[in-house]
Amino acid sequence: MPAAPAPRQGRRPVAVVSFAQAPNVRRDTAHNEVELLLPVIGEVLGNLGITKDDIGFICSGSTDYLIGGPFSFVAALDAVGVWPPKSESHVEMDAAWALYEAWVRLQEGDVDTALVYGFGKSSMGDLGKILALQLDPYVMAPLWPDPVSLAALQARALLDHGLATERDFAEVAARSRRSALDNPKAQVAYDRSADDLLGEDYVVAPLRRHALPPLTDGAAAVMLAAGDRAFELCERPAWITGIDHRVETHALGARDLTSSPSTAKAAEVAGVSAGPVEVVELHAPFAPQELVLCRALGLPVDPTGAGSTSVNPSGGPLAANALMAGGLIRIGEAAARIIDGRVSRVVAHATSGPVLQQNLVAVLEGA
Amino acid sequence: MADRPGSDQVTTLDTPIRLDYHFSAGAAATPYLRGLAEGKFVGQRCPVCRKVYIPPRGSCPTDGVATEGAEVLADKGTVTTYCVVNVPFAGQSIEIPYICAQVLLDGADISFMSLIQEIPADQVRMGLRVEAVWVPPEERGPTLASVEYFRPNGEPDADYDSYKAYL
Repeated sequence: MPAAPAPRQGRRPVAVVSFAQAPNVRRDTAHNEVELLLPVIGEVLGNLGITKDDIGFICSGSTDYLIGGPFSFVAALDAVGVWPPKSESHVEMDAAWALYEAWVRLQEGDVDTALVYGFGKSSMGDLGKILALQLDPYVMAPLWPDPVSLAALQARALLDHGLATERDFAEVAARSRRSALDNPKAQVAYDRSADDLLGEDYVVAPLRRHALPPLTDGAAAVMLAAGDRAFELCERPAWITGIDHRVETHALGARDLTSSPSTAKAAEVAGVSAGPVEVVELHAPFAPQELVLCRALGLPVDPTGAGSTSVNPSGGPLAANALMAGGLIRIGEAAARIIDGRVSRVVAHATSGPVLQQNLVAVLEGA
Repeated sequence: MADRPGSDQVTTLDTPIRLDYHFSAGAAATPYLRGLAEGKFVGQRCPVCRKVYIPPRGSCPTDGVATEGAEVLADKGTVTTYCVVNVPFAGQSIEIPYICAQVLLDGADISFMSLIQEIPADQVRMGLRVEAVWVPPEERGPTLASVEYFRPNGEPDADYDSYKAYL
């Protein structure tokens, strides 16, 4: 049995051994959240030839604000079938943070596998209002600033500081949607030039339609396995050799939106610069945010994707943006490229909160 | 905003919040809700453990597999447990005391909460046989409000063994 690469954090090597996601669609009115998750959970276990009885721990990420009902994460457990009862937890965050909790749980050493999943249907409510409620409740949320307007403020700051051009935003979008043509689960994929995209009208200046993510209904799941169990389940596990997450102040006015110090710190702790980055999957829902994140991660900022690092080969959140699952999907997409043997070292990033407030960075490597 | 006496500090802040949703009932609950509009209880069965769930939510919570079919259940069943509500609260539409009971429909493997009427509160008991009282057909819709309440149907009490697994 090959040896797992030594992890920078934790005392026990943990790997992604399976990944599955639902087709990302604009509006799935035929299925509730449980019905959305069922085939995804079935696939992530079926990939490994195991059943729910082989799961040692379960952690999910979702938010009741999307559904408009309480304790939806408890109902979602019906998609797993937790009988006999299992140790289980939930984060009211993107499921990338559920993966982090599961990674911590696996460090304890008494269980060897963990199921992580996230789900979000953006179609049921008014996202502009729902996401405003994650802001400071006293002076920000009562103004109901919508996420597109906040992202436009960030984009404007980038332009005014000379850190980006509107063409850069269009190049990011054109490259992402072109990459998405190879992703059967993507929602928005096309082959259009940046020149063509620059002809679009502004939605909220300086953001044109192409710089915005789609509204998506979706779900995703990842299986983690620790130590030898990972090699038993998977020929080429995607070992998490570094993982860290950091958060910035909720006061938007106190942040420099042109940089992402939380991403930079997480990248430093996770060891991003310790080796070549063949693939990076960035959870940048708005096109300008990719430029901020590349800079923070110490990667070349090249909107056209001509550099040695492949940026968002899945198409990224511009191709499908299932809230609460999108960050986990970045980890899954990056890991899948190690599991299938295409690459050896990848970086995955997830974000939570308004305009990149909280960021998680993971380095994954093949043995 | 209200000021604390003797101070000019803001101590409270009203921020009205209203969110509207387009609910997706899902593949399993849609026939259930449509059934209520027709005066029928429609559940689904787990293909593994064969249990019938109502309302169906699409998955067997024990086996984690999709439930199947359209199981039309009787609109009568058994009170498995209950409580007597004696506490008045704002917006209460039913005269107290009244009975809130778990009713196990015949053929179902899960009970659901319902109102029991047409019987004095102190005579309700575990095992009581009850039937649904539907609102008039023209008032029915895809909602449990199509059932006005359950009432005793006159059958002898159910044997404890017949419902002890559902408590």
